[in-house]
Amino acid sequence: MAETISTRLLILGGGPGGYVAAIRAGQLGIETVLVEGDRLGGTCLIRGCIPSKALIHVASKFEGMVEAVNGRKDGISLSAAPKLDMGQTVAWKETVVDKLNGGVTALLKRAKTRVVHGWGTFSDAKTCHVETADGPVTIKAETVILAAGSVAAALPHIPFGGDVISSTEALDLAKLPTRLAVIGAGYIGLELGSAFAKLGCEVTVVEALDRILPLYDEPLTKPVKAWLEKTGVTLHLSAKATGWAKGELSVEQDGKTLKIPADKLLVTVGRKPRTEGWGLEEMGVDMAGPFVKVNDRMQTSMSDVYAIGDLVGEPMLEHKAVAQAHVAVEVIAGQNRTFDPATIAAVCFTEPEIVAAGLSPKEAEAAGHDPLSAIFPFSANGRALSMEAGDTGGFVRVVARKSDHRVVGLQAVGAHVSELSGEFAMSIEMGARLEDFAGTIHVHPTLSETVHEAALRALGHAIHI
Amino acid sequence: MGRFVFKLPDLGEGTAEAEIVAWHAKIGDLVSEDAPLVDMLTDKATVEMTSPVAGKLIEVAGVAGDMAAVGSAIAVFEVEGAGNASGKAAEPPPPAPAHQPVPDVAEVTETPPPTPAPPPEPKAAPQPVAAAPRVIPRRGEGEKPLASPAVRRRAEDLGIKLGHVPGSGPAGRITHEDLDAFIASGDAGASRGSGLAKRTAIEEVKVIGMRRAIARQMQEAKRRIPHFAYVEEVDMTELEELRVHLNGAKRAEQPKLTLLPFMMRALVRVLPDYPQINARFDDEAGVVHRYAPVHIGIATQTANGLIVPVVRHAEALDVWASAAEVARVAEVARSGKGSKEELSGSTITITSLGPLGGIATTPVINYPEVAIIGPNKIVDRPVIRHGQVAVRKMMNLSSSFDHRVVDGYDAAAFIQRVKAMLEHPATLFMD
Repeated sequence: MAETISTRLLILGGGPGGYVAAIRAGQLGIETVLVEGDRLGGTCLIRGCIPSKALIHVASKFEGMVEAVNGRKDGISLSAAPKLDMGQTVAWKETVVDKLNGGVTALLKRAKTRVVHGWGTFSDAKTCHVETADGPVTIKAETVILAAGSVAAALPHIPFGGDVISSTEALDLAKLPTRLAVIGAGYIGLELGSAFAKLGCEVTVVEALDRILPLYDEPLTKPVKAWLEKTGVTLHLSAKATGWAKGELSVEQDGKTLKIPADKLLVTVGRKPRTEGWGLEEMGVDMAGPFVKVNDRMQTSMSDVYAIGDLVGEPMLEHKAVAQAHVAVEVIAGQNRTFDPATIAAVCFTEPEIVAAGLSPKEAEAAGHDPLSAIFPFSANGRALSMEAGDTGGFVRVVARKSDHRVVGLQAVGAHVSELSGEFAMSIEMGARLEDFAGTIHVHPTLSETVHEAALRALGHAIHI
Repeated sequence: MGRFVFKLPDLGEGTAEAEIVAWHAKIGDLVSEDAPLVDMLTDKATVEMTSPVAGKLIEVAGVAGDMAAVGSAIAVFEVEGAGNASGKAAEPPPPAPAHQPVPDVAEVTETPPPTPAPPPEPKAAPQPVAAAPRVIPRRGEGEKPLASPAVRRRAEDLGIKLGHVPGSGPAGRITHEDLDAFIASGDAGASRGSGLAKRTAIEEVKVIGMRRAIARQMQEAKRRIPHFAYVEEVDMTELEELRVHLNGAKRAEQPKLTLLPFMMRALVRVLPDYPQINARFDDEAGVVHRYAPVHIGIATQTANGLIVPVVRHAEALDVWASAAEVARVAEVARSGKGSKEELSGSTITITSLGPLGGIATTPVINYPEVAIIGPNKIVDRPVIRHGQVAVRKMMNLSSSFDHRVVDGYDAAAFIQRVKAMLEHPATLFMD
């Protein structure tokens, strides 16, 4: 006889949205059951952000050592070429993942969340059946939060399987491919493609649009493109992948067909919400295109059913899911909350990194702000020069309204700029003006001084340029 | 490069100042000669001023809603050649309260420093809101309220929509203190949960442009004129029959007849016997101007509010021509393109609300006129006629007069004559 659990709150999905919701619910005294079909941590911890950053970190270290073989400008030299044991790299990455997975497990335990491991399937909006290792479990809940996340989108004519891999498999390769072809020059394709290039792989990127990283404007992507070219990554823009056979990718470009031989083909053409395979269709919730439709309180069209994260729309980012988790649980606890951020900043761990918060100058203009914008280059920042990040074309850009100097956008490209995202997001949420940046002492010697200088420049009195 | 100062020209007799309605160019724009520059509002007409020169607009004398005196500089251009002004502060202060040029980021940065040596001090970038006294700027329509996450969260906890809370901080940011003030003001009483919630929004609507002109005109009329109202009942049955018949029999190119042209006809027939009513009273000079021509103001509702365009020399128009002229001037008024002749100079005004006419109104006289006539709604009403109860089309006729120069007796007699004309429509057309 199947076990039946009755609970106040059921959360489907143990990714960043789901587990944060469970912890917050525990803090608010809400009895919670969380259902996870895989390991706790979701795409982000297990097969996305964190493992890819681990790989990128290894790749950058390796690249530095390869450079040293011929003697680097900074005086480091190696007498022999470094070796890479890809199996060991993946195993090390797994220790990072394990640590985080263990951390999530411990946090949920402390929050008194009951975690049910197994694939959950809803039979109606408040009833979920889970196939656990110990047999079937039925969970009946007063309130449900759907946090099913997303999956890598596949190309219909080049399905995953064999040597055609998604980002998930790319992070678990036992052996480094000699030649890697990548379809899609979005942030996932370029982050991984760049890392593999640093590890010594011959990388070719095929993109259907005429530019890389279409989410960011041209000035921000220019240094990335320059790095790809310098590093020898082959870019085919306005090119359509038409088929994969016998280790060769067929690509159509300008009416001609190219053949790109490769050991592995990485397909990164975006992600789609995971809306299939767990009974969503039985729940009677309205959809908004491919996503589950929610209001600004994260409520679906079905009463007491909430949805958060990748399942409910773009941007599919961990930090957005977490913010929505807070809103959903607090609304369930009877608090008055809305998801209404001023900005959701985004970063891209390419070489160099990109960070963007708020509006670009063009977007600000389109929004009717009559913007004023200024950039400050890394080439004029001491800290950037001291870490060899001054000549990669990096810069910080500030976008403000001419009328009241309110900052509506902040972007940067350059080494380690992802760490500027906190200042960017915070200042936009606080409604900061250029004068607020100008009046804040930014620590020397750091990259953040460039933010200060960009604001000064927008006000017409930058010092170091 | 020279400077060309554009002074507000005389916009018509007696106009001492005009209101800026809208700029068609902004500072820094290159404006070609005769391109639309600014809309100025005089008593009731909006006049589009075109640019007198080709050049770059470098100064303007105010924003929409500001007044500018005739003869004062309203715009300064940077032009090829000499221009018409030398140096910076060429203009003496204008006689009327003219607006100071609004400092602007663009303007300041365009002004080159006298010597190239020291870069401008940090304070060279103006603080757009700091200098003003503590005035809370209004948010633009559809603009999201600006507040820190902590303030937003507190407002949510209190069930307060920040869109209703004025922000006094930089760039209109809502501070904790603003939230405190809002709560203290008692506006924040909305409770969650119950179906009925208090509404707390107070919208601030600046009275500018047309609305300011209307407000001033109404205030003058009521302040200066001791009104007295008179309401009489008129049997419109026969006139309505005639009107319906004429509309059925009219030629295609003839306008459809409403009550108005008949009412105008009645006025022009009766007014010669009551010259004190077809008049304008210049009370400051102590002179009543009695008019032989009958220029009838037609109170007209437009998108911007009440406008009274004028049918001139109504005495020379038959009902068809009157109807056509009413339609034309009303359209002119609604389009906002009326000339001074079309929008001023009436000697008596008709104000009709048509189907919204109600039973009685107390119309406000179109100062400096001395009388206004307001027909009310025509309704089927039982009346005693020849000892029998009959259903007749009855209409009340409300009117107001300036009691300083029109006696009650004369006004009543005048309305009785109008009533007799309307009840016996044939007399409208008999000499």
